[in-house]
Amino acid sequence: MKIARPYLMLLIGIVVVFLLLILFYDQLGSYDQRIVINIGIAMILAASLNLINGFTGQFSLGHAGFMSVGAYTSAALTTMILPKLIGAPAAGGIGEDLYLLISLILGGTVAAVAGLLVGVPSLRLKGDYLAIVTLGFGEIIRVVLQNIESLGGSLGLSNIPRYSSFLWVFITVAIVVFVIENLIRSTYGKGFLAVRDDEVAAEATGIDTTRYKVVAFVVGSFFAGVAGALYAHYNGFIKPEDFGFLKSVEIVVMVILGGMGNTWGILFAAAILTYLPEWLRDFSIGPVKFGEFRMSIYALVLIILMIVRPQGLFGGLGESRLMKRLRNIPTRKPTAAPTLKG
Amino acid sequence: MSEFLQQVINGLSLGAIYALIALGYTMIYGVLRFINFAHGDVFMVGAYIGFYAFPRLMPLLGEGYGTALAVLIVAMIGCGILGVVIEFLAYRPLRSRPKLTVLITAIGVSLFMEYTGQLSFAFGADYRTFPTLIPSHTFTIFSGVSLGSTQILVFGVAIALMIILRIIVMRTRVGTAMRAVSMNISAASLMGININRIISFTFFLGSALAGAGSILYSMSYPKINPLMGILPGLKAFVAAVLGGIGNIPGAALGGFLIGAAETLTAGYISPTFRDAIVFGILILILIVKPAGLLGKGGAEKV
Repeated sequence: MKIARPYLMLLIGIVVVFLLLILFYDQLGSYDQRIVINIGIAMILAASLNLINGFTGQFSLGHAGFMSVGAYTSAALTTMILPKLIGAPAAGGIGEDLYLLISLILGGTVAAVAGLLVGVPSLRLKGDYLAIVTLGFGEIIRVVLQNIESLGGSLGLSNIPRYSSFLWVFITVAIVVFVIENLIRSTYGKGFLAVRDDEVAAEATGIDTTRYKVVAFVVGSFFAGVAGALYAHYNGFIKPEDFGFLKSVEIVVMVILGGMGNTWGILFAAAILTYLPEWLRDFSIGPVKFGEFRMSIYALVLIILMIVRPQGLFGGLGESRLMKRLRNIPTRKPTAAPTLKG
Repeated sequence: MSEFLQQVINGLSLGAIYALIALGYTMIYGVLRFINFAHGDVFMVGAYIGFYAFPRLMPLLGEGYGTALAVLIVAMIGCGILGVVIEFLAYRPLRSRPKLTVLITAIGVSLFMEYTGQLSFAFGADYRTFPTLIPSHTFTIFSGVSLGSTQILVFGVAIALMIILRIIVMRTRVGTAMRAVSMNISAASLMGININRIISFTFFLGSALAGAGSILYSMSYPKINPLMGILPGLKAFVAAVLGGIGNIPGAALGGFLIGAAETLTAGYISPTFRDAIVFGILILILIVKPAGLLGKGGAEKV
């Protein structure tokens, strides 16, 4: 039996996740386990923003807003709606996993709808205007959540069942990478890259640029929503401030640092940037403790990186095979177009 | 009716402060074509300069308007210098890079100032109470509508600074050079204008206005902390976009409109929606008329 190559890769990815679980994750203390989970969630967020930002070239500063939509939708499902409709699942049973799956999918879907509603009007704008509009939408989502009393308002929503686990988070990472890597190799993906590389030229070639941008935005928002749902069900508690402007910036920084459009670099950057502040917490040289300065260092590193290496740490290094192939296509001499005879 | 008028007056006095900050955004955007995200944090530093300068200036000048003016000037100069330093260290090395790189650097500068400001050896993360600079009086215009002494000062200072700015930009050599740079930076450089000096001057001017805005803001809302610049900064940016970014009268107009809209929303709908309405206006204006109320849209060159 021959399995198509991308699916084989996904299968290998899932096997690796299982191996990591047994060989590595189970040995960790609970504090380190929390960091690992946060790394996984950051990977999903960064990879999904990369689709919008890195592959389609649309600068979004509101990604955390879609994460919050997913988080709140899923939390509402598992704390209020599903138990009322079906009843509480047996503790530790398959029912819990089923509930999580439903809430991940619905959380992602509602986030995708939000992405559609935000994307259609705002993606007509370019560059820093788009950044500001997405920022504005992100803030509006936050304010709206703060005012929904049944979702806890600004106090937040607590007692969310902790259904997320290492397996759930990292299998989602594998699926997200699988979907995005295959999407950008599809016809749609070529459209995304065309929009990024030269929007005017793409439009002139007959590509419906708005549609491609919106599709990238909706897919990215879907995965951001899934990440939010996983976060909610790991943390057990969410509040609107968790998904503010700073969170969006954090995700953007991962994408920039990893090198826009380089999925593997971005996954690595997500891991580093999630781990770095935790590591700096206890880091000291002699009497100088870095714990207090860690966020200042983080910001300083960002500035220096932009000046010294704006393409990110791994930008251009792990170029995708598609890009290499595209670059190596020999430019054909234009042949005479067939003329109509008659 | 009198309540409505009162709300409008309160809104306009908040708007005057937004207008001052928005002028800085719009001037910097005019010459460099990027959003200076750190502008709101320059505003924050201005408040702390005032906070630390007041106890030192008070014994020299005595209580009252003289000290208030001195605090204002010190904060303006301090913020101006800070703006020039930020431009020199962070933005100048990126002059020819893509806009996105500069935008992210600006976010980095903003985060750096917010986080460093929260450190205990800097300003500390706690709220501080800004000193009372001028004695508080309330003047009743007619029944139910009153004007506080702080509000009068806000209007007076803001309008005076706008007039001074207008004179600098329209009537002086350096102002002419600024306008030339904002029209076409390379052509201006070919005409013998020292680009770096003009950009530094623009940053000085814009940041000094933010400094003035921060003193006026802290007099009206005397709780200051290192994160206080984020929201006024964003709202002032919205004001600049509303008026047409790069357009100086537009920024002033936008500031007043945003302040009024925010205060009226807080008064008549719900105080919790005061931030949302501002971003709602931003989204509406960008979708309906991206060039802003007074801005002119340009065709894209290929």
